[in-house]
Amino acid sequence: MTATRRDFLKTSGALVVGLTVAGDIVLDAQGTAAGPYPDLDYKQLDSWIVIRPDNTATFFVGKTDLGQGTGTAFRQIMADELDMPYDKTSCVMGVTDVTVDQGGSGGSDALQTDGYPMRRVAAEARRVLLEMAAARLGVPVAQLTVSDGVVAVTTDSSKRVTYGELIGGRKFNTTLTGSNINATTGAARLKDVNQFKIVGQSPQRYDIPAKVDGSLKWAVDVKVPGMLHARNVKPPVAGATLVSIDESSVGNVPGLVKVVSKGNYVAVVCEREEQAIQAARQLKVNWQKPTTAAFPSSEDLYGFIRTAKPTSSTPPSIVGNPDAAMMTAAKVVEAEYEIPFQGHTSIGPAHAMADPSNNQLTIYSNDMKSYGMREGIAAFLQIPKDRIRVVWMEGPQAYGRTAADDAGFEAAYLAKELGRPVRVQWMRNEETAWDTKGPAFVVKARGGLDAQGNLIAFDYDARAADFGHLGYNEADTVLIAQLMGIRPSSPNRGSSAVPNEMYAIPNRRVTTHVVSLPTVWETPLRTGNLRDPNGPQSTFGSESFIDELAAAAKVDAVEFRMKLLTSSKDDDSGFKRARSIACLKAAADAFKWDTRPSPKRLDSGDILTGRGIAYTYRSQTVVAQIAEVEVNRRTGRVWVKRIVCAHDCGLVINPEALRRTLEGGVLHSVSRTLHEEVRFDTEKVTSVDWATYPTMTHLDTPESIEIIIVNGDPNPKRPDLPHYGAGETVCKPTLAAIANAIFDATGVRLRRVPFRNERVLAALKTARV
Amino acid sequence: MASITLRVNGTSRMVDVDPATPLLYVLRNDLDLHGPRFGCGLGQCGACTVIIKGEAVRSCIRPVSTVAGAEITTLEGIAQNGKLHPLQQAWIDEQVPACGFCQNGQILTAKALLDKNPTPTDAQIRQGMANTLCRCMTYYRIQSAIKRASKTIASSKTIATASRVESEVIA
Repeated sequence: MTATRRDFLKTSGALVVGLTVAGDIVLDAQGTAAGPYPDLDYKQLDSWIVIRPDNTATFFVGKTDLGQGTGTAFRQIMADELDMPYDKTSCVMGVTDVTVDQGGSGGSDALQTDGYPMRRVAAEARRVLLEMAAARLGVPVAQLTVSDGVVAVTTDSSKRVTYGELIGGRKFNTTLTGSNINATTGAARLKDVNQFKIVGQSPQRYDIPAKVDGSLKWAVDVKVPGMLHARNVKPPVAGATLVSIDESSVGNVPGLVKVVSKGNYVAVVCEREEQAIQAARQLKVNWQKPTTAAFPSSEDLYGFIRTAKPTSSTPPSIVGNPDAAMMTAAKVVEAEYEIPFQGHTSIGPAHAMADPSNNQLTIYSNDMKSYGMREGIAAFLQIPKDRIRVVWMEGPQAYGRTAADDAGFEAAYLAKELGRPVRVQWMRNEETAWDTKGPAFVVKARGGLDAQGNLIAFDYDARAADFGHLGYNEADTVLIAQLMGIRPSSPNRGSSAVPNEMYAIPNRRVTTHVVSLPTVWETPLRTGNLRDPNGPQSTFGSESFIDELAAAAKVDAVEFRMKLLTSSKDDDSGFKRARSIACLKAAADAFKWDTRPSPKRLDSGDILTGRGIAYTYRSQTVVAQIAEVEVNRRTGRVWVKRIVCAHDCGLVINPEALRRTLEGGVLHSVSRTLHEEVRFDTEKVTSVDWATYPTMTHLDTPESIEIIIVNGDPNPKRPDLPHYGAGETVCKPTLAAIANAIFDATGVRLRRVPFRNERVLAALKTARV
Repeated sequence: MASITLRVNGTSRMVDVDPATPLLYVLRNDLDLHGPRFGCGLGQCGACTVIIKGEAVRSCIRPVSTVAGAEITTLEGIAQNGKLHPLQQAWIDEQVPACGFCQNGQILTAKALLDKNPTPTDAQIRQGMANTLCRCMTYYRIQSAIKRASKTIASSKTIATASRVESEVIA
């Protein structure tokens, strides 16, 4: 008989025979493992690391991996601190009853924040093991050497003992300290980064083989005996009220188990999946439309954003005296930029399976915040938290707060209602129309140049159409709850973003506002974090505008930015100014940037080529990107032919995995720049599939993407070089880099995203290009 | 409901389903295969792709009754004798997947492409893969992996030809 992870943690330190760790936890798809499921004690080393008799280790990480290799990276940093070979380690992530609540994923903080407690617990395990070895071998710790999980007497390597022999299958019973999970620590000191052997190497991601041979069991694949299939029936328009359901309309559907409804939430539950799909299509529901328009149509969106009274505004952040300086400017430049609602539109629609066996609830989900889901479902269904666990499994990613959250709650609700395991999955039209959206923006910018072309005044004013970011899994923010009338007492304030750059501008004012759409609750235009929630929008405005200023000053775009960066020596604790300069320089060097003002002289043929740069940071991670584009003046098609991306996220754990993450991030933003716009009329979203919400395809792929990994720290070899986050910063500058390249190629400034063919062609025609 | 016999990855399997059921649900729910996945149900994205008679087919819109008896190959069925298909190996060597959810369609669409045209140009790869979507935008590495697999397949054929010639000489 094998012991489960929870059995192990319940033991008092005795040897647990046949301990298997990863397999029986994650693949415990029967949902029958007995609860309750109390929170793990983060102050116990055993909550984080298990070492088996065969000298292998498993790390328990309360994060989730969105396909960016964070699991592999955690194994690298922990194996290095522990002095274990990488391939003798494994990693379990995001399963709420067997991993400490580190919040799941979000904010690109896996390595930047959570990397440190993980390093510290691994270092502590090493320290404890060395003490045990000293006792076993009868020499002081100072006379021991450890390598690949084997401790030996330095002067006599025949005297040795493995970690597995010291602790295998037993508990450490070592108490840790720290006032919160992020602060968890033992007594051991972290290694200097120059002592690392595995960090900085590029072991292949462990999750990839099973993803290419078809063997991986994803969250979509979980099945248990007696499981039912559900589909939702969404309101036909935003804000509709359920009047009645004609259940006889599905009387002929085989396998129908139940039509479920509460408030405006409606679902059908059937024995088989295709039956549930048929029933959802066939069910006749009488809805009452609201009497007023739910929102402006997408055509009227920007007018609405400009004129609506903000629901919240930040007090202006002011440096110097921007109004007075603007009065003295030799040249004043003004521009406005528009970014639409954009969708996560995951490649696989939202799904989850909930199993109510044994009077408890197990939810299998790919949601990136499994812990929040557990908490939220407990509140939503009034079930004690320790009767619920969420098993995180791999799934289609969408990089942010998506409908995966909503589906988890729906499955849990339906499983409780039916008393049987229920799997729910959204259809494509639901996913594209009803998944949360990245907020639309209007950015207004004004800048003053003196007679020498120096930027002396800058005024930035951004409005986000965003009634308030949804939270993550709170019981009143998920769609099913809102359709049932459970809502927060008032909208969140929400926020819009400010430019993130280190430019030394003597006089500046930054103001941000949030405006609400008329329909706030249970709306398909609810906003949810989408890969740096507001950064691509604000950076499109600010970095396009810097380019407009450089052009007005007739100065090269790199030179103009470099001057703004180097005209101050002030820097922050993370050396962001120095690292910004290093990234800008690295990108320009790699691209072989020729110094000249934009636009260039118009090419003579159909294809107009140009290059553009943009730069920004997020938290401590700095990125500069150069895009080279081809613009077809006959069709309006823009092809981003080449991207150079210089990126500084401090200490790099796995360079090859980082490159893939950055390539994907850049291309995600190429897609957002060229194609993506959520369309809607005044009552519903009309982007409902891949034809009405087009994204980038293979045809748009650049010929070349060059990732330059930069370490611009003034002391690049310092032993405490931090590891910063990398998932989101890279998405921010791409929109502006492309717009700036199009301007360079054509002399035409595009200020409304996306740059679809017809819009580009119209702009070229207006400018007679 | 009707009894339908399917040939999947070289094995005959009998299922009892409504003949109009899209093949995808039968593969996933009755035959427990994880390779083909639901992405859109509209034939737009390719996540559900299988290979039938050498063609990449979107199983989400193909009624199961229309493929009775035909040899159906899924992602699980392209490795041979325990050895990954050169495309699968190239996917690992290039570290292609991010989340990986769409990669079933990418790999099988690429296989159908290479089976017809073992040495495609860059433009032919782009065109051949144009309707197979990836939301993590791994397109750049997918195209590299297809080129890598194309080379592997070409060199293994050269070796096979060479050894055949050699054996003829010896004979």
